[in-house]
Formats: sequence, C-alpha cells, structure tokens
Amino acid sequence: METQYPTRMGDGSLTRMTRSELRAELEEGTQAAASRAKVPPLSADELDHLLEIWASPAKFSAVDIGDEVVLTYDGSGSKTVGTRAQDLLIYEQMFGADSVELGHVDYSFKAIRTILPFEAQTMKDAQAVLTVPVMYGAMPNLGLYSKPDGPAPNWSELLPLARVDEARAAQEEAVGYAVEDMVKTADALWEAGADGIDFDTAGAAGDGDFLATLLAIERIRAAHPDMGIQVGMAGEFVLGMHGRLEYDGVRLAGLWPRGQMELVRRAGATIYGPAITVNTRRTGAWNIARALTLVKPCMEVAEIPVHMNIGMGVGAVPTTSYLPLDAVARASRATVDILRLDGL
Amino acid sequence: MLGMPCAHATASGMCGMRAAGDLVARMQITRGMRIVEAKAYVAERLGVSPFDLSDPIAMEDVRRERQLGRITTFEISYPTQSSAMEAKFRIAELLDLPINCVQRFREHAGLPHRSAATLPK
Repeated sequence: METQYPTRMGDGSLTRMTRSELRAELEEGTQAAASRAKVPPLSADELDHLLEIWASPAKFSAVDIGDEVVLTYDGSGSKTVGTRAQDLLIYEQMFGADSVELGHVDYSFKAIRTILPFEAQTMKDAQAVLTVPVMYGAMPNLGLYSKPDGPAPNWSELLPLARVDEARAAQEEAVGYAVEDMVKTADALWEAGADGIDFDTAGAAGDGDFLATLLAIERIRAAHPDMGIQVGMAGEFVLGMHGRLEYDGVRLAGLWPRGQMELVRRAGATIYGPAITVNTRRTGAWNIARALTLVKPCMEVAEIPVHMNIGMGVGAVPTTSYLPLDAVARASRATVDILRLDGL
Repeated sequence: MLGMPCAHATASGMCGMRAAGDLVARMQITRGMRIVEAKAYVAERLGVSPFDLSDPIAMEDVRRERQLGRITTFEISYPTQSSAMEAKFRIAELLDLPINCVQRFREHAGLPHRSAATLPK
C-alpha cells in the first residue's frame, strides 16, 4: 500500500494523498493550463521535481542555498503594532524583508488622492528610519470611478442591458480619471522620497483597468526616470470588460502573463508580477502545476525582473487568512526552482 | 505574519539586511536588473561572490566594515554604526545608484551631489 502524505487543498484544508495521486494532480494541473492558455505543459523533469517537493511529510521546504531571490510586497503591515512605519521596521529588522511597501488600508489610488499629503509625510518619515527600499503601493481599481462611487456611468449595469457602446464609453471616461489619480499619487510620493510605486492588482476591473495602469506608467516614467515601478496583476487573464482597448497596438483583452509582461516593460515598469488565481476545490499540487505552466512562457522572454505573486489565493497559496507554513513554503520554493524567478 | 512574510523570507528570500537582499532589491527596483545580473553587480561592488550575498555571516562583516546598516540583535546596539539614512548614503555611493530619499536629503541639507566616480580611492 502506498504511503499517504499530508497535503493541502486550495482552501487550505488538509488532506492525504499518495505519491501516485499527487503525480496525477500535477499532470492534470499542467494540462489544464496548457489547454486553456495554449502553452506547452511542464516537462517530465519539472513534474518530477514538483513531486519531490509535494510528496513529503516535511513541514517546511526551501530553495537551495545560493538560489535565494528578492522579496517585494503588496503591503507590509497595517498598524499591527503601532504606526505603519513601525510595522515596516518590523518587516526590515525581524522578518528579513528585502524591501517593504507602505500602503493605506483603503488601498486604492482614488481613495489615496484624498489623503495624499498625509501619505507623503508618512513616506518621508518612513524613509528616515528604514534602510531597505520603501515602495508605495495601491490598486488602480477602475470600478471605483463608476457610479455610485465615482463620476462615470456604471458599465456593469449597462452591459447586462446590452448598452455596449455606453458601457465602453463609461470605461474610457474612467480610464482618464484613474490615470490622473495614479500619476499625481506617484508624483507626491516621489517628492517625499519613495523608492518606487507598486500598481497592485492591475487589471482587476478588466482591460480598462490595465490600460489605465500602462498609461500612468508611461507618464510616471517620463517624469521620473529613476523611479522603481512595479506592476502586480490581478489575475492570469485580462478580462475584456471593454473588449476593444489597445496599448501600443496590442489588444489588452485576453492577454496571458507573457503578453502582460511585454506591455508592462514597454510602458516603462521595472518589475512585473504575474498572478495566477487559486482553484479552492483542487489540491495545491494541481494549482502549482497550473500556475507554473501559465507563467513559464513569460520567463523565457523576460527582460525585466519577474516577481510572481505568491500570496493568499494566488500562486498556489491557499485562499485562507491563516496560511499553513507547509503550503506557502512549497509554493515559494517551487516557483523559484522551476521558473528561476527574479523575486516574489 | 508567520504564514506569509516569514515563510517566504525563510523559504526563498535573501533575508534583507541580515545579508544583502536590500542591495540586490535596489538594483531590481531602480534599474530593472534581473536576479543574476543584479547579484553579480552587487557582488562585484562588494568584492564578494554572488553566493555570499545571502549568507548572514559573510555579509555581517561586509556591512559593518562598509557602514551599510545592520540589524540590531538582542540587547546589542551599534551607536558607532550608520543609522538608516547614513547607511543609504553609503549604499548609493557603493552601488553608484541614485537613491531618491538620499538625493532629497542632500538637497534639503544643502550638500553637494556625490557619486562613486567622485569618491576618493
């Protein structure tokens, strides 16, 4: 009888599987991604390596000494113990963070604009006490620019009514507002001493959301040649909420990580972060094979660092608030080992 | 906190100022260097191998000697070592890299701009 190993589902719950069952999960995961995105599946050697990581009762797993990569964050503390600067110091001094990211609990550029001087002062104060690079992060969050939260007509209400042209015009209007908020926030944080800015969950509201991010990056790069610019995606696939939007001659709807990375680089970003969402009903083994298969084509052509999102609900890390170390460590190691990532 | 930042730092991170993760991060963030290139650049500047950059024992001596900032451990304090902003002045010079807050500090304090090329040998 085959030995059973403890392993995690996508929701974090513990189950047990044999080596053969784990192998089947890995093969199904890579085939699911290959079929969906029309990319090559992982090789037999890569699946073997993943099996060695997953078919183990060990509580922890890690990359080889010397293979370590840089960690960036989408938020690092929200006044957990006092001030946000104190939280960032904890990350630097106690958590071994290679960089940190200042962010507001209302993590959207539209909301940040209303408290920008306060955020800029917090950045300046943080820079006085931190040695590691300090980024500032927020989400483009295009949906906030639609009624009732914002000024543009609500395309999510217009689309079900088949008022497609109006829905498209509403998104184009929202893109303009979002770009202004992102550029002005970046300007203020740069003036305050930030090392860079992170556009987190770019594309969350579809192709308009991603276009706004790219247009903002263009302007920020032109104004601040030495500013770090990181783009973390919302998901593996850019949704076509508009459907016809293009950047630099490329249609945004339907872009997978390789296409996303290329446009992020062209716009002027210095770090790209693919995000592959977790299927909570499948195992961690299935999810990691799927995630790696979708990101691998991006790594083959990357000209800027790729920091894959390996956090709650993305990158094969379970969708749960209290993350099991065994699941995070396996995902962390596997992505670096297989993809030769530049960071997480 | 244990489940995410600590797990990643332990499983695959360079561990920041305990070693040289912050220096490599700066080359990625500001210059868009990929990991192999960034590690090689920092290692060459420090006179160590890329392998050493993640080793807290090897890097502790380097950071102390070059005043690049250190993790405060237990009750030990380092009053004669660089504070955060002082360390970033050193890092900017070492990496020949513009660090935004250092440049603004210079402007506000009325200090002249310096780069590695202008430092005394």
